[in-house]
Amino acid sequence: MSERKLFAHELEARLDELLLLSLRQRSAEEPAALLEALPRQMQERVLHWAGVAAQTSDDLGWLIASLAAVQAASLGESLDDWVRAGLDAYDRSGLAATRKVLNEFAAARQGSARRSLDSVSFVAIEGRLSRFLHALDGRPLRLVSGKTAWTDTETLWLPERLDVATDAAGNRRLFKAMAALLWAQTRFGTFNVDPEVELALWPDRGRGLAWFALFEAMRLEACIAIELPGLALDIAALRGPWPAELEAAAESLARSDATVADSLNCMAALRKVGAGDTPKFPHVGVLDPVAARRVRAARVVREMAIVRRALNVLRGTGLHGPDADKSDYPPLAAEGETQVVDPQSELLSLPPPAREAAKSLMQDFGDIPPEVLHPAGPGAWQPVEGIDTSNAASCTVQPDAFYDEWDYRRATWRHDWCHLYEMEAPSGDHEWVDEVKLRHAHLIRSIRRRFEALRGEDKPQKRQFDGEEIDLDAQVDARADRKSGAEPSSRLFIHRRRVERSLAVMFMVDMSGSTKGWVNDAERESLVLLCEAIEALGDSYAIYGFSGWTRTHCDIYRIKRFGDRYDAETRQRIAGIEAKDYTRMGVAVRHLSGLLVRQNTRHKLLVTLSDGRPDDYGDEYRGRYGIEDTRRALLEAREKGIRSYCVTIDRHGADYLPQLYGPAHYSVIDDARKLPQKIAEIYRKLTG
Amino acid sequence: MNTTKPAGRTDVRALTGSLVRLVSEPYYHATGDELAVFEAAARSCLPVMLKGPTGCGKTRFVEHMAWRLKRPLVTVACHDDLTTADLVGRYLIVGDETVWMDGPLAAAVRAGAICYLDEIVEARKDTTVVIHPLTDSRRALPVEKRGEYIDAPPDFMLVISYNPGYQSVLKEMKPSTRQRFVALDFDYPEADIEASIVAHEGGVDAATAKKLVKLGSLTRKLKGAGLDEGAGTRLLVHAAQLIAAGMDAGTACTAAIARPLADETDTRAALDDLIAAVF
Repeated sequence: MSERKLFAHELEARLDELLLLSLRQRSAEEPAALLEALPRQMQERVLHWAGVAAQTSDDLGWLIASLAAVQAASLGESLDDWVRAGLDAYDRSGLAATRKVLNEFAAARQGSARRSLDSVSFVAIEGRLSRFLHALDGRPLRLVSGKTAWTDTETLWLPERLDVATDAAGNRRLFKAMAALLWAQTRFGTFNVDPEVELALWPDRGRGLAWFALFEAMRLEACIAIELPGLALDIAALRGPWPAELEAAAESLARSDATVADSLNCMAALRKVGAGDTPKFPHVGVLDPVAARRVRAARVVREMAIVRRALNVLRGTGLHGPDADKSDYPPLAAEGETQVVDPQSELLSLPPPAREAAKSLMQDFGDIPPEVLHPAGPGAWQPVEGIDTSNAASCTVQPDAFYDEWDYRRATWRHDWCHLYEMEAPSGDHEWVDEVKLRHAHLIRSIRRRFEALRGEDKPQKRQFDGEEIDLDAQVDARADRKSGAEPSSRLFIHRRRVERSLAVMFMVDMSGSTKGWVNDAERESLVLLCEAIEALGDSYAIYGFSGWTRTHCDIYRIKRFGDRYDAETRQRIAGIEAKDYTRMGVAVRHLSGLLVRQNTRHKLLVTLSDGRPDDYGDEYRGRYGIEDTRRALLEAREKGIRSYCVTIDRHGADYLPQLYGPAHYSVIDDARKLPQKIAEIYRKLTG
Repeated sequence: MNTTKPAGRTDVRALTGSLVRLVSEPYYHATGDELAVFEAAARSCLPVMLKGPTGCGKTRFVEHMAWRLKRPLVTVACHDDLTTADLVGRYLIVGDETVWMDGPLAAAVRAGAICYLDEIVEARKDTTVVIHPLTDSRRALPVEKRGEYIDAPPDFMLVISYNPGYQSVLKEMKPSTRQRFVALDFDYPEADIEASIVAHEGGVDAATAKKLVKLGSLTRKLKGAGLDEGAGTRLLVHAAQLIAAGMDAGTACTAAIARPLADETDTRAALDDLIAAVF
């Protein structure tokens, strides 16, 4: 690359090409003029990032390009961070938020310029903390960054950066203490009692809340100490001693039977003698009981419905037994002998999602509310029909195939229910694949090396008629045979031959609307890496995308058929994968396993890349219906000799994936961006 | 040796004579009806399959049962290069004569021992087939080389183990093999029982054992979210043994639990956090 600066007209042309500006009747003249003044290297950085952003959305690309033109000179080295912050904001909250973040970046940066090297950012510790929290008991919690540390009982917000302690390790400990305390709020019932009665009596609500948070911190620390004493010691060391005037309160709240009501009592006592400001402790976040109780109320309704429905099924069918969940694929409609109804044992025999809901309810109430245990009427099924006919009418082309769908409520098939259309996937930008290959060049090299080793792992074949080496074991055996009077074998050589792995793999790629953005990018990048890896192995493989919109529009996109080569056209089709509509999975599994089963290989493997549970327009396919249908489709595939595996980035995947794929046949990736790095390793483990 | 003589037991210089019975009781804490099922299977001459995650006590259970039933135990760790000859036996040349050497399986059949094939899915598919005649009503081992057909005495018992958490699709057991066995499911024991196992085996006090078990249960929740499998009881016992040997609990757990489980930075850090939280 020459070091000559690009002129404005060249920059304009490049931007136009990247962002397809002329199509949108925008002009790059102004940003190009601004960019002209920058050094060549900087110009290239801006163009690069504009291109990257444009892959997600053209508008985002334009926003990055136009703002970068203005700000690049002042950003200097931090341009990359600036863009990354913007892309991240786009994924979280859309275009408007991106503009805000990008414009305020400089100010935020200036604030951070004073920051010591010892500060720790949320991003740096997120992976570690989320795994830590995942391992702790209780319902799964989402971890995001925000202004202050607080929780609504399902999501934990932690500050974007901490710079309180004297060193980085201290700041990391502080993050952990904050997260642990928030986890404890959800685990040990901070929101199980309504504090509004007490708070209403405080003249200054903010002050009341601060005291509530502090007393709860005292109580929860003692709760943590019982299960995780090391963590409690860490927190105690971090906060230092409680102020002398609060020690009595701290001691009474540390009793093992103390509840949130005791914290409220402490508040009441303090209010009567007159409360000042709370002493400040870095690990104590803020409480928002209103938000938390709103989320809690919605969850309780949802989970009660799940548990009651599951209990209804158990009672309604009269079929349930404690062993129902012990098979590899726990049946949702449990099978077994009829039992005398006993509420507690009944909860044990619930299917896993309902059991999770029941556990979560116990977390919210300390026990299962008795009203849940009473049947909620017959729970009749209301089919959602209306949408089907309207869509069928608008469809003029004859479907390529019809598939049955399993209706668990009827315990039978709905014949020719799904209309499937198979079509060629649209081509995307061929440069995109080159760019991915360039970006991951190092990774691709190491993957190829490892995979070639795997191929080479096929051992030399012993006892051959002919070969490169003498097989000593065979020679000894032959000699022994001759001595003992038997006829010696003439298979005396070792032949090195590549043994056929005899494996056909079908990749089924989720192209539902929810994959838009990073997930879609991650899927496409993963496919490029996978293709590179599998090409090195020589396995036979195909890639199909699936999406759709109601049962009359189930679409399958051909990206690579088994016979196709991994050539420029295939690569373009991978680049062209984009987020479409919904995830009606059962029909896709049926169609693709039909294609896979025709492959003349010993092993057949169906790998699903997805970002969530089966779902389709309307309520019908969402939830249990979709899961049951998909499970049925996977079982059918299994009967045909097809093994299934699922790679998902759905954090809640562990709730339903064991039912769909079996306990060991899925991986949950907690961050879409890590998918490309992990996918090849998963494939290697899967087929090694 | 007269080679024309029909094969008899005189020329078998094999492991047969050297099979030992376990003298002292291998420690095993029953968690369900596995003892009764295994004993019933032994009485009925049925082969047994043990399923369960790594380090949950499958091998120890077999040792315990061998001691209980007072039968010798032959253990074979299966690997992908294990041939039929490795199991059944082969001729060797000693001086100027050939000597038949029983493989572990043949030796176990002759001696009426328990033969334990550990991680059977690792063995080559063609090797697994030799156990078929032993697992049905024939109960015999054909030794092709010697033209011999060894009938299994009633005391002979075949036990295999396998880990269904194995992620390779190419390494699943064929139904034709699976369906010959009485299967016992193994899982990590209940917390209290596991704590007493860790305390007994690791030589640590009850409080430390309880903490180790707590740590173990936390790591098991990371299965599928950073870990392929959580810490098995064996890892917990290892950590306990390091602690009993005088090591600091945190260091012992890092060395015996966190490091063997994970390579990835975030997961390692999270495991370190869990260790620090429990101790």
